[in-house]
Amino acid sequence: MKAIITVVGQDQVGIVAAVSKTLSDLKINITDISQTLMHGSFTMMLMGEWDEKNTAFAAAQDALNDLGEHLHLDIRIQRQELFDAIQKL
Amino acid sequence: METRQIQETIQMISEERLDIRTITMGISLFDCIDSDGAKARQKIYDKLTTSAKDLVKVANQIQSEYGIPIINKRISVTPISMIAAASDDSDYVAYAQTMEKAAEELGVDLIGGFTALVQKGYQSGDRKLIASIPEALDVTSRVCSSVNVGSTRSGINMDAVAQMGRVVKDIAAIDPVNCMSLVVFANAVEDNPFMAGAFHGVGEADRVINVGISGPGVVKRALEKVKGQPIDTVSETIKKTAFKVTRMGQLVGNVAAQRLNVPFGIVDLSLAPTPNEGDSVAEILEEIGLESVGAPGTTAALALLNDAVKKGGVMACEHVGGLSGAFIPVSEDAEMIRAVSAGRLNIEKLEAMTAVCSVGLDMIAIPGDTPAETISGMIADEAAIGVINNKTTAVRVIPAVGQKVGESIDFGGLFGTAPIMPVNTNSPKKFVDRGGRIPSPIHSFKN
Repeated sequence: MKAIITVVGQDQVGIVAAVSKTLSDLKINITDISQTLMHGSFTMMLMGEWDEKNTAFAAAQDALNDLGEHLHLDIRIQRQELFDAIQKL
Repeated sequence: METRQIQETIQMISEERLDIRTITMGISLFDCIDSDGAKARQKIYDKLTTSAKDLVKVANQIQSEYGIPIINKRISVTPISMIAAASDDSDYVAYAQTMEKAAEELGVDLIGGFTALVQKGYQSGDRKLIASIPEALDVTSRVCSSVNVGSTRSGINMDAVAQMGRVVKDIAAIDPVNCMSLVVFANAVEDNPFMAGAFHGVGEADRVINVGISGPGVVKRALEKVKGQPIDTVSETIKKTAFKVTRMGQLVGNVAAQRLNVPFGIVDLSLAPTPNEGDSVAEILEEIGLESVGAPGTTAALALLNDAVKKGGVMACEHVGGLSGAFIPVSEDAEMIRAVSAGRLNIEKLEAMTAVCSVGLDMIAIPGDTPAETISGMIADEAAIGVINNKTTAVRVIPAVGQKVGESIDFGGLFGTAPIMPVNTNSPKKFVDRGGRIPSPIHSFKN
């Protein structure tokens, strides 16, 4: 399973660490990562890949939602096929 | 994949209101026919509740995993006039109640197919069904009804046109809001996923998944970036945007069909507005360069929009179908409501617009004292536009009982309000009273 995880919100110490830790706990491998500050807002995009036998999509979504609430960040996880369908011929 | 593309995709969904307007499962009811009406209805209930038992669950899963809002989950069935005709029932209200019960059990938003196809004539089931429509729409909340009164192949059934004018008045006499659930068509299509006009055509497979996309906001935002550029650029921009939007519909349809183990039918390439700000077809036309929708040039701008959406969408998916065009339902489009309220847009201009887009005079409130034959005249005009131009057209008007031009009718909740529009008061009564059939048109010597 491949998914794109986007993290947007107020910059603070430890966002990358917290998100990476959560993904690691979920056995989700990070295959690509980019991060920037846009108008003072923290924006990060990650591509994650994992075996659905180890972690169900819903479980990953719940864990990231919890983390987002805890850190006051907007964290989305979406299957990568959506982006491929819309952006690639 | 580039960061910019990821951002653009997320922005389309979160800020520009891109969504899947509907996943509609078409279900054939031919194997439910029975000479005993009660048995037929039990078979219908059983077939619907087993065939579509996972529809809502799967749609919610897809919404969650892909992050795309799926607004409506719907069912369309074989026209009930055909299914009930073999039964001994004298009216078909009970069939509508069965549809309602199944829809409620399944948690779907709407169920369409309380339908009769009378473009050339009536069979016994058609007469009973049409007579049942006012009560059927009153005792249900999710059932949608449609009647096809004309086609390019067979002409226009003027007896049906006259009758439907009276039926619309009868529905309004009970509750004008119920008129939202009835569409009078010419050239109705068999795979339309949009309500109130969806039914499952006789040439369709036993079950099928059809998807209706949306996205006026996305098109408008794209056009904001090409202000002042030649119209060719406008067309190209709409095509590229429609391509992206349609790809999403294709993906969602494929995934839904696979998970439900049902064949995937079509994607309907329609720009369907909602009353939410930034989700308006009228605003696209104004972005193209009109001071207001309704201004001279509106029909041309709409024709360009409609055609470009199709050209972009056709390449993006395997099968295109349904109505596939821009919708112009007045009460469901915030800018149309403003334009009508301010007198910038009238019914005559809307009628001209229906000649170049789908689907017709849609969600238009008219004075409550509009005579039935005037409504029939409006239906006949729309049917003629469809029949001559080989396209689908429809009428969904709401006579606001006890109200006059200048007032608004409140549909309650999310459906918003509609300003009551003036209708030409010269009577077509003698024309409508003639009855009979307008012959099918000749398709040579096109002018």
